[in-house]
Amino acid sequence: MNSAEQRALDVSDVDSPLHSTEQTDQYLTFIMAGEEYGVDILRVQEIRGWETVTPIPNAPPHIKGVINLRGTIVPIIDLRQRFGLSKVEYGPLTVVIVLKVETRKGARVMGIVVDAVSDVYSLSSQEMRAAPDLGDNVNTSYIKGLVNVASKMVILLDINELLGMDTIPEVSASALNELKQAVDRH
Amino acid sequence: MSIDLSQFHQVFFEESFEGLQLMESSLLDLDCDNVDSETINAIFRAAHSIKGSSSTFGFTAVAEFTHVLETLLDQVREGSRQLTAEIVDLLLQSVDCLRNLLTGLQAGQTPDATHSRELIAAFNRILAVKPVAQGAGTQSATQAGKIDQPAKMEAGEAQGVTRWQIRFVPDSNILRTGNEPLRMFRELAELGELQCVASVDRLPDLNQLNPEECHLGWDISLTTAAPRSKIEEIFEWVADESDISIEAVDAIVPLATPQPDAEPAQRVSPSATLPEPMPDKVAPVSVGKEKEKESAKAESTSIRVSIEKIDSLVNLVGELVITQSMLGQLGTEFDMSKLTRLQEGLAQLEHNTRELQENVMRIRMLPISFTFSRFPRMVRDLSRQLGKKIELKLSGEQTELDKTVLEKIGDPLVHLVRNALDHGLETPEQRRAAGKSETGTITLHAYHQGGNIMIEIRDDGRGLNRQKIRAKAISNNLIGENDPLSDEQIQDLIFRPGFSTAEKVTDVSGRGVGMDVVRRNINELNGSIEVRSEEGIGSTFTIRLPLTLAILDGQLIQVGDQVYIVPLVSIVESLQPKLALVNRVAGGCDVFRLRNEYIPIIHLAEIFGIRPRNDNLEKSLLVVVETGTAKVALVVDDLLGQQQVVIKSMETNYRKVEGVSGATILGDGTVSLILDITDLVQMAGVHQQHKNGLRLVSSRAAQG
Repeated sequence: MNSAEQRALDVSDVDSPLHSTEQTDQYLTFIMAGEEYGVDILRVQEIRGWETVTPIPNAPPHIKGVINLRGTIVPIIDLRQRFGLSKVEYGPLTVVIVLKVETRKGARVMGIVVDAVSDVYSLSSQEMRAAPDLGDNVNTSYIKGLVNVASKMVILLDINELLGMDTIPEVSASALNELKQAVDRH
Repeated sequence: MSIDLSQFHQVFFEESFEGLQLMESSLLDLDCDNVDSETINAIFRAAHSIKGSSSTFGFTAVAEFTHVLETLLDQVREGSRQLTAEIVDLLLQSVDCLRNLLTGLQAGQTPDATHSRELIAAFNRILAVKPVAQGAGTQSATQAGKIDQPAKMEAGEAQGVTRWQIRFVPDSNILRTGNEPLRMFRELAELGELQCVASVDRLPDLNQLNPEECHLGWDISLTTAAPRSKIEEIFEWVADESDISIEAVDAIVPLATPQPDAEPAQRVSPSATLPEPMPDKVAPVSVGKEKEKESAKAESTSIRVSIEKIDSLVNLVGELVITQSMLGQLGTEFDMSKLTRLQEGLAQLEHNTRELQENVMRIRMLPISFTFSRFPRMVRDLSRQLGKKIELKLSGEQTELDKTVLEKIGDPLVHLVRNALDHGLETPEQRRAAGKSETGTITLHAYHQGGNIMIEIRDDGRGLNRQKIRAKAISNNLIGENDPLSDEQIQDLIFRPGFSTAEKVTDVSGRGVGMDVVRRNINELNGSIEVRSEEGIGSTFTIRLPLTLAILDGQLIQVGDQVYIVPLVSIVESLQPKLALVNRVAGGCDVFRLRNEYIPIIHLAEIFGIRPRNDNLEKSLLVVVETGTAKVALVVDDLLGQQQVVIKSMETNYRKVEGVSGATILGDGTVSLILDITDLVQMAGVHQQHKNGLRLVSSRAAQG
């Protein structure tokens, strides 16, 4: 508990490195299975360490359970399992990003488990490329766009799309692979 | 029985305005070509409850108006009438008209019925056209054009606005008596449009000026719909020592006058301009109304608490402070010899906290008479209207329950009582023919049972007609021609939307709206409703509600490595099972013989998909719980403590979880889920069917 609180860092303090006239948004990026993903930093409430959750009976496997976040019950979602990536043991470095998600039923607070938090980037919409259309069988609506930062690809996620839906569509590892290949071809 | 209904008016207005808002937004969402039945139902329900409660309170103008509105909506809902843009326009106007009527009533004025009569006439013209899906649109369009003409003659008694000229020259000592003119002006401004000119005639030279005296006089011009008495009331305290004159300057300006002149000219394209006159009409009154709405809001969120309850709270807080300082002192110079005193102190603290909690909860509790007392008037009016002789018996009015629960249970109760009056009870002739006394009886009875409050609505009428329900269910394709109909199914059927067996639709009920809403409202409060009925003898609806929605007495149980909470009220007993008493019934369900009963066993670990600590039933514990009518036994690994838990919603950030009614936070900060026994029983039923084959095999293995 304590270590989690110590490591909780206030993300709103992060300075924006770029001061350009064009509209830039800040993204918090995190690492999962070697890939870097980004979420809109304004959606991030806090970053915590992993702590034991209370499992929800009969919930899908990627929903790990609920935690007590200062009096409110917050569900925790394992993004690895959500994306169909291989499971890893949770360790002291495992991080939970607490996000505020806008859904049709109002704002919800949810936590996502990721491998590690990486960086904060200021990105303009020009730098962003739309996710390639992979046909009907791969749903890419939860991908806001792709962006290259220092020759790395960062996948920007639309968390409202990703977590806001009542029935979460299956995102599979093969879909992600297809996506990567499509990007490489570009 | 004379009960002052006016105390409930505020609630009625609140509810009605809410309903109107809903109607308006739903109407605006409607797409004529592709009508969403859920939206129509929502509009219909809102209109229906406004009609219901307004007739309860004797606001006939509103009730009559909504009835016509509702008839039209009903046809749309059934699909027998095509929804056209005209109808939607007309409905929107009706919402505005109703809002005007209600604000008028809220301000204690006699409402101006002119506009509503116009609209009623328009509705009747539309209704007169045969409800054929096609063609109705064009017809009603031509009809709608004539709306405004006929009812105009009746505009005579319109509520008007008057301009008052007030001269107010206070005594120079007015400020010393604590009367502040500015405050009075503010109050005047709430009545209407205010213009104020100060006269400085009496103002002395600066060197003679006494700042504690008032040397000013005012000429005030006020345009308001409020009567003279309202203005006089404001000056009531200073009237004796001041020079005040109040005169009406302008003759009364009737509210509706701008309309007749303006409208005929605009009436080229009726459907387009129909909604427009409304803003003109609303504007003059809206100044004062804004303020009234504010005060209404403030009233609805406040609660009246007896001084005794407050005093006992103050005492308890006093005790708490004493305990706290005692413990504080003990802590500064603590050694092991004082351990017993520390333990005593902590026990004292626990006692104080619990009592404080109970008392705070009690503040939210109100007697159910708040809801019950609106029924005598309603029953009297309705019985006259229906030509029935009805006696209403109330008992247990002093039963207290949470204010939130109380507010939400009002509407369902009204629906149930109206149903009982209209469908349940027979006419005097029918009753005589059936060999019963001419006067029918409706009994409303409230009492506590365990941690629940029970409300019974009992009538000695004709009871539910199984044949009719059956026929209706068949005609609605809910059941097949030859399907048997069990009592549970009947229960389920009558709570379905749009299911009504009444022969004719009356002002009172019979449109089949209501029962579904009743059940939904009650379920939202974590309550349940059951009906028992015998043909020819009567029906009884029993509502079970939790006393409060915030706190629960819970029993902590352990299953595997998880801790769950079972509501203490539902626990009958806990025991260690003997294998000899456990039987496996064909069909895969384990039952346990408890004295003379056979109780189905629910394997919690299996349902929730967790590993129990031990697979041996004999080493586990059985917690026998009661749900409504049935008893089941939960298999748990261990019983932990009992404690009061604060209920937290899972739905805020997640969604409803089957078998779980909520969550709570335990003393160590971890989350524990609260079990929903009714849900669990259902889940177990489903589960059992899935696993039939498997269970039989495993049970044989266990025996062999």
